[in-house]
Amino acid sequence: MLDKDILIKMLKKMLQIRYFEEQVDQFYIRGEVHGTGHLYIGMEAVAVGAISALEKEDFITSTHRGHGHCIAKDADLKLMMAEMLGKVTGYSKGKGGSMHIADISLGNLGANGIVGGGIPIATGAALALKKMKKDQVVLCFFGDGATNQGVFHESINIASIWNLPIIYIIENNKYGMGFPVEKAVNIDKLSKRACAYGIEGITIDGNDVLGVYQTTQKLIEKMRNDSIPVILECITYRWKGHSKMDAELYRTKEEVAFWKKKCPIIKYKKYLIKEDILKPTEIENIEKEVRAEIADAAKFAKDSPFPDPEDAIEDVYV
Amino acid sequence: MREIYYLDAIKEALSQQMEADEKIFLIGEDIGVYGGAFGLTVGMIDKFGEDRIMDTPISEQAIVGIAIGAALMGLKPIVEIMFSDFLMLALEQIANQAAKIHYMFGGKTAVPLVIRTPGGGGTGAAAQHSQSLEAIVNHIPGLKVIMPSTPYDAKGLFISAIADPNPVIFIEHKLLYKKVKGEVPENVYTIPLGKADIKKEGKDITVVATSFMVQKVLKVADNLLSKGIDIEVIDPRTIKPLDLETIIESVKKTGRVVLVEEACYTGGFTSFMASEIQAKAFDWLDAPITRITGLDCPIPYSPVLENAVIPSEERIERGILEMYKK
Repeated sequence: MLDKDILIKMLKKMLQIRYFEEQVDQFYIRGEVHGTGHLYIGMEAVAVGAISALEKEDFITSTHRGHGHCIAKDADLKLMMAEMLGKVTGYSKGKGGSMHIADISLGNLGANGIVGGGIPIATGAALALKKMKKDQVVLCFFGDGATNQGVFHESINIASIWNLPIIYIIENNKYGMGFPVEKAVNIDKLSKRACAYGIEGITIDGNDVLGVYQTTQKLIEKMRNDSIPVILECITYRWKGHSKMDAELYRTKEEVAFWKKKCPIIKYKKYLIKEDILKPTEIENIEKEVRAEIADAAKFAKDSPFPDPEDAIEDVYV
Repeated sequence: MREIYYLDAIKEALSQQMEADEKIFLIGEDIGVYGGAFGLTVGMIDKFGEDRIMDTPISEQAIVGIAIGAALMGLKPIVEIMFSDFLMLALEQIANQAAKIHYMFGGKTAVPLVIRTPGGGGTGAAAQHSQSLEAIVNHIPGLKVIMPSTPYDAKGLFISAIADPNPVIFIEHKLLYKKVKGEVPENVYTIPLGKADIKKEGKDITVVATSFMVQKVLKVADNLLSKGIDIEVIDPRTIKPLDLETIIESVKKTGRVVLVEEACYTGGFTSFMASEIQAKAFDWLDAPITRITGLDCPIPYSPVLENAVIPSEERIERGILEMYKK
């Protein structure tokens, strides 16, 4: 039986992500945010399941759709929200925005605005861990679209010849922006690409947070010993458009509705109640708690000042 | 003091720093067993082992990205990109990642990375193996760019580049490797980045040149002296950040400027320098600024064509004489 604390934490994390993203969505709808955002709603089980299997000292790289990974890796919600609004109190002092949140002290090597941009960086982090003879591992998140970037091939090939401790997690949400994965590749499972590198490739249900957690945990345990990279494909779906400006011409409302019925959070809550890990009232309390956290973060962000214009030219160099 | 080749000066800097700091490792194509395309790293894998002299598959973008990841984790990777033309393959990681990470993450992370790469033409290697691309990396905030022209400068600047916590592109010139010898101290020494060097003092014309062009200009300087023209030769050494002060001081003395670079004319580094000089020393200029650069075409193969494109000593001398008459 899994540790009850971890099971409860995973629910809390998924709720944090869901409510955070819903708040961000509201900011966008009300025109309170500059730029765009890429929401993780519907995909919470992948980030939370995988990252819950990590120790604090392990590392991740994230994507342009990175709020989920950052929150799962214990990012400060206030600093994240402030960064979304471009405030000086944000993670990157307002200089990065949604796609450039990082916290190296927490093992988060950063979200990335370039599709696939984090893949070689994560690979290099794994190389460093191996060189330093540490037994930590790296989780490298990216989407189905990124698997067609050349650097995906280059990086995993190198990881496979040097035996680097890294799990390449494909968040297959069926679309690379508006381009369906079936049109983008000639194979049925992206994990099959692992055979090109002589490593293991697995495809699992990305909406089953327990399944993601247990699979990742097993892979990590093995990896701490043999340091052989692996590809883990998680099938999931994003409820909202690619970004704020998405007319969603590439998919049907029916398809979205179909996947909403497979909500990872509803599914998990049912499990927790059925296994008597939490009572419905306890779940409601957790939900209230998280809503308050998000409200606090939103207030902190709104009350925070913008940076000074003169700050723009700072931090180009160390 | 002993004289050593430019190539050996860089190798010595590399070896000395690797001996001093275990966190430094070299990564690139055929740098280990092969000894480097130009032989710069011959023997180093025997000395330092394959964990620190890492041969890779042909994957420039991943090589640079991997080095970035390692740098974020506190190691000090030095990437060799076999020909500077191949920087283009890795430009995503260089420009979008390495150059920007420190800024995008609010100044909380550093990418202490050095990319060494042989650049320039004159070897008959033709269009895709002969370019001078410093203008491209000069344009990206967050990078530093160095182009040493002598063995002494190469060693001192390379050691400084390794010590610098920012991503540095260190462009070596292929023709300097085994053609130019110079006095190089055996001990470890540094030359600060962003400091130009007056290679020859003079009073009539300020001539600013980079990389291999410095060597050509110094030869031309002797010819000109016999014609009664005393040029001052300035080598910026660091392209970015540029030591404009030293150049402006010289311009105020001479009133005449010629800028020499191998790269092609449009958008070359000398166009940036010219713009800066006219903005800051307009009242001291007695003539328009002259630029002597590569022609606006790819580097051709045939030696007759190659010589026509890359500034020759003859073309440089002619250019300086013409400007002096104005």
